[in-house]
Amino acid sequence: MAEQFTISFEGSVENFSCPKYARVLFAMEKQGLSHIPVGCRGGGCGTCRVIVTQGRYRTRKMSRVHVSEDQKRAGYVLACRLIPESDLLLRLAGDGPGV
Amino acid sequence: MALTGVLRAGFVQIRVLEMDEALPHYEGRIGLDLVEKGEDGRVYLKGYDEFDRHSIILREADAPGVDLMAFKVAAESDLDSFEKRVTDYGVAVDHVAAGEQPGVGRRIGFTLPTGHRIELYAEMARSENGPFTENPDIWRDEPRGMRALGFDHCLMYGPNVAEVLRFFTEALDFSLVEKVQTPDGPIAVWLTSSTKSHEIAFVEHAEPGKFHHVSFLLESWNDVGHAADIISRYDISRDVGPTRHGITRGQTVYFFDPSGNRNEVFSGGYSYFPDHPTRVWTPDQLGKGIFYYEKELNDRFLGVVT
Repeated sequence: MAEQFTISFEGSVENFSCPKYARVLFAMEKQGLSHIPVGCRGGGCGTCRVIVTQGRYRTRKMSRVHVSEDQKRAGYVLACRLIPESDLLLRLAGDGPGV
Repeated sequence: MALTGVLRAGFVQIRVLEMDEALPHYEGRIGLDLVEKGEDGRVYLKGYDEFDRHSIILREADAPGVDLMAFKVAAESDLDSFEKRVTDYGVAVDHVAAGEQPGVGRRIGFTLPTGHRIELYAEMARSENGPFTENPDIWRDEPRGMRALGFDHCLMYGPNVAEVLRFFTEALDFSLVEKVQTPDGPIAVWLTSSTKSHEIAFVEHAEPGKFHHVSFLLESWNDVGHAADIISRYDISRDVGPTRHGITRGQTVYFFDPSGNRNEVFSGGYSYFPDHPTRVWTPDQLGKGIFYYEKELNDRFLGVVT
C-alpha cells in the first residue's frame, strides 16, 4: 500500500487519507466523502478551490483564471490538481461555481 | 444546391492545460484521429466520418476554454457577402489569412455580444483519411474509443443571448430551433443553419466568452452506453448521464476532458427544416427540457464552465 498522508480542515475534526502521488479530490471521492465541492476534476472550473495553510505539496497545471500566480504563492490550489508531499491542512475557499 | 450560405459547424479550437493529458483523451477515449501536430504546438484532430482534414484543434494554454468556433460556408463568395452583412449589422469583421491553420483557406472573424469569437471559412483541404466514396465500406479502420463520428456542435455561455439570437438569424440566416423563454426574453437558444437540431447553442450567463461543452456525434443510443462504459473503465470525470434531452431529444452523456472542458457524446434528435416552428420551453419546465428522465437540473451542469 502506498504511503498515506492525512488531509485535514481548519476548524474541523474531520479528515481523510490521500495516497502519495494521488490527487486530493480524487482520494476524497473514492472514499465517498464530500468535504470539498466537486466540479470538472480537471483544473478548469475553480469549484474545488482550497487554500493549503500547512504542509508540502505540488500541483498539476491549474487554470490561471481560478489560481493566479499571486494566489498560487499564497497557497491557493485546485484540489483536483493537488498532490500531497506531507500531511496537509486545508481551508475551503468556498467561492467556486456549483458550490 | 438547396443548402446555401452557412453549411455547418466546421471546427472549434479548444484550450487545454497539458497536451500530454488532453491528446490521449480526445484521440484514445473519444476516438478522434490525429491529423497533425503543428509547429506552433497546436494539435489537429478529426472524426473518422468527416471528409475535411480537421475539426478539433487543441491549443495548450494557461486556462482551458474555447478560442473560437468556425462555420463552413458553401462558397468563397459567401465570405464577401457575409462580411458585408455582418459589418452592416454593426459588428466589426477581421480577416485571418489562408494557411493560419494548415489546409484552411481565408477566414473572416468577429466577436459576438456573448464574448465568443466566431469565424467563417469556405475552403478546407479534404482529409486523406476521410470516409470512402466509391462502393464505400462504412469505415476504413474500426472506430476507436467512444467511436465519435465527428464534431457536431458547441454550447456557449455568455451575456446578451437575445442580441446574439437576433444576430444569428438576421446576419447569418440561422433558424431558431428551440428556446427557453422568460417574460424578459430568451435565456437559452438552440440555433441551426442546416437540418441538424443545432449547430450552436447559447445560455445566458453573466461572464462573457465561457465554454459549456463541445459535442461529438455517435451512431446510436447503444454507443452512448458504450461511451459511458469507457468513462467508468478509465475514470474519466463524468458529469451527467447517460440520459436524454427534452430539448433536441438527443440521447447523451456528459463528461470532462482532463483540463476541465465539458464534452458531450450524443445520438438521435430530430431533423429540422426551415418551415418548422420554434419549440418553446418555460423556465419551470427547464429540468425536463435539459434532462428528460431526471426532470431536474444540477448545479454543476448549470454553473461549471471553462
